[in-house]
Amino acid sequence: MAAPLLCATLGEMFSERAGVLNLGIEGIMLLGAMSGFTVAYFSGSLWLGMAAAATSGIVFGALMGVLAVTLGLSQHVSGLGVTMLCTGLSFYCYRLIFGQPSQPPNVEPFPPLPIPGLVDIPFLGTALFDHVVLVYLVFAMVPLSAWLLYRTPWGLSLRTVGENPQAAAGAGVGVAWMRYQALMISGALFGTGGAYFSLAQFNAFTFGVISGRGWVCIALVVLGRWDPWRCALAALIFGAVDALQLRLQSGGAIHLPYQIFLMLPFLMTVVAMALLSRNATAPAALLVPYRLEER
Amino acid sequence: MRIRLEPRQRTPAWLNLLLPVIAVLATLVLTSGLIAAAGAEVIPAYGALFAGAFGSRFNSVETVVKAAPLVFTGLAVAVAFRAKFWNIGAEGQLLAGAMAAAFVGGLEGLPVWALAPLMILGGAIAGGLWASVPATLKVRYQVDDVVATLMLNFVMFYAMMALLDGPWKDPLSGYPDSPDIRIDAEFPILMVRTRLHLGVALALISAILVWLLMTRTTLGFAIRAVGENARAAAHAGIPVNRVVFTTAIISGGLAGLAGVGEVAGMHFQVMASLSPGYGYTGIVIAMLARLNPLGVVPAALFFAAVTTGAESMSRKTGVPVFLADIIQGASLICMLVALLFANFRVRLQHPSTA
Repeated sequence: MAAPLLCATLGEMFSERAGVLNLGIEGIMLLGAMSGFTVAYFSGSLWLGMAAAATSGIVFGALMGVLAVTLGLSQHVSGLGVTMLCTGLSFYCYRLIFGQPSQPPNVEPFPPLPIPGLVDIPFLGTALFDHVVLVYLVFAMVPLSAWLLYRTPWGLSLRTVGENPQAAAGAGVGVAWMRYQALMISGALFGTGGAYFSLAQFNAFTFGVISGRGWVCIALVVLGRWDPWRCALAALIFGAVDALQLRLQSGGAIHLPYQIFLMLPFLMTVVAMALLSRNATAPAALLVPYRLEER
Repeated sequence: MRIRLEPRQRTPAWLNLLLPVIAVLATLVLTSGLIAAAGAEVIPAYGALFAGAFGSRFNSVETVVKAAPLVFTGLAVAVAFRAKFWNIGAEGQLLAGAMAAAFVGGLEGLPVWALAPLMILGGAIAGGLWASVPATLKVRYQVDDVVATLMLNFVMFYAMMALLDGPWKDPLSGYPDSPDIRIDAEFPILMVRTRLHLGVALALISAILVWLLMTRTTLGFAIRAVGENARAAAHAGIPVNRVVFTTAIISGGLAGLAGVGEVAGMHFQVMASLSPGYGYTGIVIAMLARLNPLGVVPAALFFAAVTTGAESMSRKTGVPVFLADIIQGASLICMLVALLFANFRVRLQHPSTA
């Protein structure tokens, strides 16, 4: 359950590490869910759908780049604009392509892929090793991201751009291009994360498929202190609470209206932020547009 | 050849007025591609959009009525953004105000003359209180305002649904909605044979009042100062945290009034679909209005027109109604780009004259 959120969280982390707050997350995830579903539906290939989702994410990540990097506009508002645009586009294109059928179209989702041997470990086995292949990929991305971020020159450049773009520029790093890359990567990850919902968790695209969970990832990045491992932890905890909330609903052990449970993830995010934001040090150049003329 | 951006000292007045218009036109041009993709002809489609919004007296008034909550949320966001308090929570604050109004409006014991004022007051207070939560979180715990306000929207929505599906459910209806408010609590209609209710007048009056607040009072000055440069404002002796907090409450109160208007003037009850995203549209409106309270009114009208017109356009031409949402997002982006021209002069630089 945490996998798509982790995917998007990692994306947001890359973007913020480079100094750009990417609020297009909710919209791009939705667009990824729609485009992934549509392509998968018509092509019959789930992977092609995933590729389409990632591509749509890259396109709108680049749009964020134009707005926030090249034009230096308010990152908050441009992100909101991108989300609104992508949300509208998702609904519009879906309606255009599929109309309003009485029987919503669906695809055969990714089947779970138990890892032989490991899945037989009692108790943990099914919890950890009986997932769709996407989940494994997402979790593999965590060490990959950590390696990229901390052990490659590219990662160093990225981090410097986010902390002190002037220094990075002095060292010859193309600040703008670096930020574009980060935004496009984040877009790709958002799109992929979104497509997980329509291609793996469920088997169709519905308008409410993301329902605000994209925004939670913004908080998860802060809680995860902009570090891949901690973000993974944050996403897992959140996923656990979300799953718990579902279980509590159907379990009937606690007789609260089900909406209270739906509320829990959001409430928990706020509380977590309140408790843990105090010492969070964001990348120093986050939200500051970098303008060549103002060097 | 490079593009250079030189900061402007002032923006010429004609540019200030022209920019939103350009942004809107650019948006319409961009979205025309989508209309074509839907297989409809562009000009007739826009014609249907316009006719749906202003084609008849009834339609025009409907558009104005639909604009009322948007004026309130636009004002709410405009005030908040001026202080750089990123209030994305207008949606939740609206619902808080709506619930307060519906509650007050349902109380049997109140005298008739007291109903409207108490609903209005209650709604504003409820919205303001709800906004004080993210404000406290920001000031005391450094929680990002975007995340806090956004999350709380969902919290308020689900809380409302829990009430509507449970203790506040109308026993006469099969759906989760609240009982109707008292007949006497309904806002008076200001124009016969239309739905033009008191809330619309309140919205227009509020726009003027907020403008006065922002431009003619010390608080308004403090708010703008904090937004421009919080550190400088602090040095000048302005209590930054207190100003941000006050701004949030005002913002929440305005959004709450949007809810009051919808309950007391339009729907007379609280239900799940009370707000089709008015709080979020308020953000676009505030930006289109360049955070100017007076500019919020025409911007709100524009959006009300787009939303009303899109439905009728959708029926006539088969273009999906979500075009309205796309126009919303696209105009926000176009407006942002247009603002660039307001704040900077764009100069093309030849390499030889660098």
